[in-house]
Amino acid sequence: MTPLLLSRLQFAMTIGFHFIFPPITIGLAWLLVIVESLGWRRNDQTYVRIGKFFARILALNFAVGVATGVVMEFQFGTNWAEYSKFVGDIFGAPLAAEGVFAFFLESTFLGLYLFGRGRVSSGIHWFSALMVAVGATISAFWILVASSWMQTPAGFRVQGGRAELTDFWEAVFNPSTFPRFCHTMDAALIAGAFIMAGVSAYLILKNKEAETAKRSMALAVTFGVIVSLLEVFPFGHIHGQQVARTQPEKFAAIQGLYTTQKGAPVVFFAYPTTPPPLLKAAVEIPGLLSWLAFGDLDATVKGINDFAPDQIPPLWPTFVSYHNMVLLGIYFIVIMGFAFIQLRRGRLWENRKLLKAFVWSMPLPIVACQLGWIAAEVGRQPWIVYHVMRTSDAVSKVVSGAEVAFSILLFGLVYILLGSLFVYFFVKEMKHGPEPALTARPAQGGKEASL
Amino acid sequence: MDLNTVWFLLVGVLIIGYAILDGFDLGVGILHLFTKGEERRRVNMNAIGPVWDGNEVWLLTGGGALFAAFPVVYATVFSGFYLALMLLLFALILRAVSFEFRGKVDSRSWRVAWDWAFGLGSLISALLFGVAFGNILRGVPVDATGAYTGDFLGLLNPYSVLIGLLSVALFIMHGAIYLDMKTEGDHRDWASRIVNRLWPVVVGLYILATIATFFEAGFLFEGVPGNPIFWVLIVLLFGSILGIPFFVKSGKYFAGFIASSTTIASMIGLAALSLFPRLVPSRTDLAYSLTIYNASSTPRTLRAMLVIALVGMPIVIAYTIFVYRIFRGKVTISHESY
Repeated sequence: MTPLLLSRLQFAMTIGFHFIFPPITIGLAWLLVIVESLGWRRNDQTYVRIGKFFARILALNFAVGVATGVVMEFQFGTNWAEYSKFVGDIFGAPLAAEGVFAFFLESTFLGLYLFGRGRVSSGIHWFSALMVAVGATISAFWILVASSWMQTPAGFRVQGGRAELTDFWEAVFNPSTFPRFCHTMDAALIAGAFIMAGVSAYLILKNKEAETAKRSMALAVTFGVIVSLLEVFPFGHIHGQQVARTQPEKFAAIQGLYTTQKGAPVVFFAYPTTPPPLLKAAVEIPGLLSWLAFGDLDATVKGINDFAPDQIPPLWPTFVSYHNMVLLGIYFIVIMGFAFIQLRRGRLWENRKLLKAFVWSMPLPIVACQLGWIAAEVGRQPWIVYHVMRTSDAVSKVVSGAEVAFSILLFGLVYILLGSLFVYFFVKEMKHGPEPALTARPAQGGKEASL
Repeated sequence: MDLNTVWFLLVGVLIIGYAILDGFDLGVGILHLFTKGEERRRVNMNAIGPVWDGNEVWLLTGGGALFAAFPVVYATVFSGFYLALMLLLFALILRAVSFEFRGKVDSRSWRVAWDWAFGLGSLISALLFGVAFGNILRGVPVDATGAYTGDFLGLLNPYSVLIGLLSVALFIMHGAIYLDMKTEGDHRDWASRIVNRLWPVVVGLYILATIATFFEAGFLFEGVPGNPIFWVLIVLLFGSILGIPFFVKSGKYFAGFIASSTTIASMIGLAALSLFPRLVPSRTDLAYSLTIYNASSTPRTLRAMLVIALVGMPIVIAYTIFVYRIFRGKVTISHESY
């Protein structure tokens, strides 16, 4: 394998693994802000205990997220040196801004949030939870600025063999920043809602601190139904329209539109094959894609046949990942919506099948995030910066295939270890559940001594 | 002062900030290898528990700032030092998760395994930072196009290993002084003894490194003695390093910590002053060196970044001090501790 392919593999592996954790951090952090608000303002001990419990899960998740995130900050330089030299004038700034405005904020206040209970007033403790959530959100913003600039570069000119900044704000708010930020941020909120709902459902099923878990479940479901709906409309819709407008090759690839046509159909199900690109067993609604993309049933949508073969992304992975992401998005609305109705009718706690479904649905928003990310980034190929720099020109020249193979092996092994430990401890925390209410605690300090 | 010089200073400040802050928790991590008893080991981890994560952000931000301000250096050095950097990331990952994982299983062998991960991860990180810094100082093989032409084993030259050992010794001493502030009784006496034992080692290694630099990279001394900043840094270095054993002996641990932070800052400051305006001297031919001018971003980017730094960093420093003040004083182990 070539250093290029290996470096791509390593990047996919390291960012794919890292990207499991930040969405959970963001979603859970905002839910904890709500929980801590309720605990603090109403002086409600149940919410305080819910806060303590989910803070432990947040801490576990954050630790693995931070550890794997360090790699990302350096990997552009190590494996993509030619890219780094070419885009450094633009691409480094959002990474640095993320450090200054986000990483310091979330990690400093996470320390205060986790260890400061009792050392600071309830108000400051609540504020520290808020700063963790704000920091995580700002972090998502700047990294999406960087990533979106690669999708729809703006505010620059190519001069002297590199991309030079001409307008900072144009580069920051390039055409895809806003749609991608909303879509990804909301996906993170969904991930948090499903983690809280799944863990609570488990506790209710096992009748462990069930009364407490019902409160967190009710919160997660109410929150979850709102963010799941928002994800498809308006955020998914806005993002889709933006891709249709700014990256027609990618739009054609993810939608499976292989020939240019008026009144293009939305494909619900199909099996894509190449060459030539064909959809087998397609289930589709004519005209809907033209309408969704351009607001007109008769609009012409460009198909793959309109582009040169060396300009189009791989068709199979983009189509499959995008369609499965959409499927999951619809599933989130259905299960959250159904649970919300059951909750309003007071029947949710008895519906054990639904609760079980929530337990097993916990990883699905993360799967959807990964699929969406694959559709977005593979859909950008063969470009590393859309229509400006090819991925094949971006890889480090001085790093050999053997060196990259070694680092893949190194990170592969570490990530298998971290992944298994994360799942193991997540389940352990979940089974442990929140601490019992104070009145039910046998002897103060007995627990501490045993640890 | 032009923007490129401002950014040289700012990247320098981030590196110094990182060395001072993560320096003490890397030092505590290395000392962890020599700490006996479960209670003391927990005290070690909890002494840095609430702050290590924020400390490591200095490294991330330094990396981001280097990328933004001097992308050619970021690309050349990181790809050139590929294997060393991968080992560093590996060590940092193991070290980072050991905090969270160590206390989660009530088994002696489990905890011992994570103690090793924490200790060795810290040791390897401290050593590699020093080795990398040493290589930058003596110059790396960079050709006329600014491309790196060396290999991994070339990084492990005696000079750079010497700088690596210096940074390990310095961080251990720094970490021990930090433990002096955070612990009591036997644990603190033990930390004080470490400081006293390591102090002559640090001084000796620094003198040795200075002599070695004269022979290995004489160009670093050119024009430096005529610079008043050089003498300011020398005075700071001598004053602070001589103060360390005095402060520790008289129980003024916070003053000792400030002194050891100043020592680290002035050592890095002196190295940076000698490098200026070069960022990566070329061993192939000094004329090929990457400098703050030929390796930088455009003035527009440097200006935008300066605004970000001027708006952001004062806020960061303010809340960092705020949080450190909340956790000041001796470590207490509670239910929420690691």
